Amino acid sequence: MAASGTIDALSQFKLHTVFGPIGASVNFTQANLFMVIAGVLTLALLWYGMRPRAMVPGRFQSAAEMAYQAVMSMCVDTIGPEGKKFFPFIFTLFFFILLGNLLGVWPYDFTFTSHIAVTLAMALFVIFLVTVVALRIHGLHFFSYFMPSGVPVALAPLLIPIEILSYLSRIISLSVRLFANMMAGHVMLDVFGAFVVMLGSAGLIGYFPAAFALAVNVALIGFEILVATLQAYVFAILTCIYLHDAVHLH
Amino acid sequence: MTRLLAALLLLLPVAARAEGMPQLDFSTPLTISQVVWGALIFIVLYILTSRVALPRVGSVLEERAAHIGRDLEVARVAKTEADTAVAELTRATAEAHAGAQAQIAQALETAKAAAAEQAAQINARLDSQIAAAEQRIGAARAAALGALGQVAAETAHAVVDRLTGGAVEGGVVDRAVAASLAQRRPSVA
Repeated sequence: MAASGTIDALSQFKLHTVFGPIGASVNFTQANLFMVIAGVLTLALLWYGMRPRAMVPGRFQSAAEMAYQAVMSMCVDTIGPEGKKFFPFIFTLFFFILLGNLLGVWPYDFTFTSHIAVTLAMALFVIFLVTVVALRIHGLHFFSYFMPSGVPVALAPLLIPIEILSYLSRIISLSVRLFANMMAGHVMLDVFGAFVVMLGSAGLIGYFPAAFALAVNVALIGFEILVATLQAYVFAILTCIYLHDAVHLH
Repeated sequence: MTRLLAALLLLLPVAARAEGMPQLDFSTPLTISQVVWGALIFIVLYILTSRVALPRVGSVLEERAAHIGRDLEVARVAKTEADTAVAELTRATAEAHAGAQAQIAQALETAKAAAAEQAAQINARLDSQIAAAEQRIGAARAAALGALGQVAAETAHAVVDRLTGGAVEGGVVDRAVAASLAQRRPSVA
């Protein structure tokens, strides 16, 4: 972190394989380990939460049911009645990202959503899914999406490229938003953490600014938890909105 | 805070060029392999979630909704029954009230009639008794008036005998007494 006086805020994002030679042979990284943990936690919440199958749910079961109903209402409210078909996907996506983000706030944990490759893959899949859904429901009529009705034909050469560009830029906005938020937060945590060590080791004069940096870090942790939840929600709700467009064409 | 983040983001490309962002380091195969593994993990997670975990939650929620619906239906039926029973009770109460009123009126009527009849009977009996008594009084008076003539005649005989020493004939006295009585009778009667 603060090796030889310089702040190395980026090495925390460096990938390495886990599980010794076995993981190394298949290039299984710590990012994938945390993906598995996120998945296991999601399934554990649903599996152990719903084990009592109680008519009047306890705390754990309530949490599982609330997760189910929150995502379900997000799907149905945003996409419409057809949203139920996409509910399992949105649920998986939301909890995969949410737990990936939240696990990353825990010290020594790795945040797989801070890798542009991962978020880009997810965004690409979302846009791919949205396009496939739109083509299956509307066929070639889908391409009218890029030419809004009521616009003069003369504007078409200008408008259609803009619409296509905005459609494709969803990939960038979706992936970069999540990646940049997560990365920025973790860089900040690392930078202020390094300040604490560097200022604290500078002697009596450094104690006060070191304490201040530590206080900033405490606030940042809280902020990070907010960002982690918010970004997972944003990713999921934007996917829902895109699916709504695909199902209803505007 | 967001401004701080934005400033940091602007600095990121500089830092990336200087130190190299690990996220953009494609010299290591791990950058791509994590995505491949990630896709596999996500697919497995999706299958487990959609096939196993979510239906579990959904079934419980459906069960609960069905249970609540059933209970509400039972409550609705019970309420309808209760309403019917209340209406029946109200009707029965009103009926009983009316019946009782009629009975009371009838009993009153009967009692009045009986009382009137009894009074009439008593009156008749009293009237007949009065009439009988008046008859007896009349008879007694007649008898008493009849005896008066005899008493007057005997008294007159005795007085005349004492005064005259039997010189006067009995028939003369009797006629005088009868004449005197006949003369007085109207005022006595």
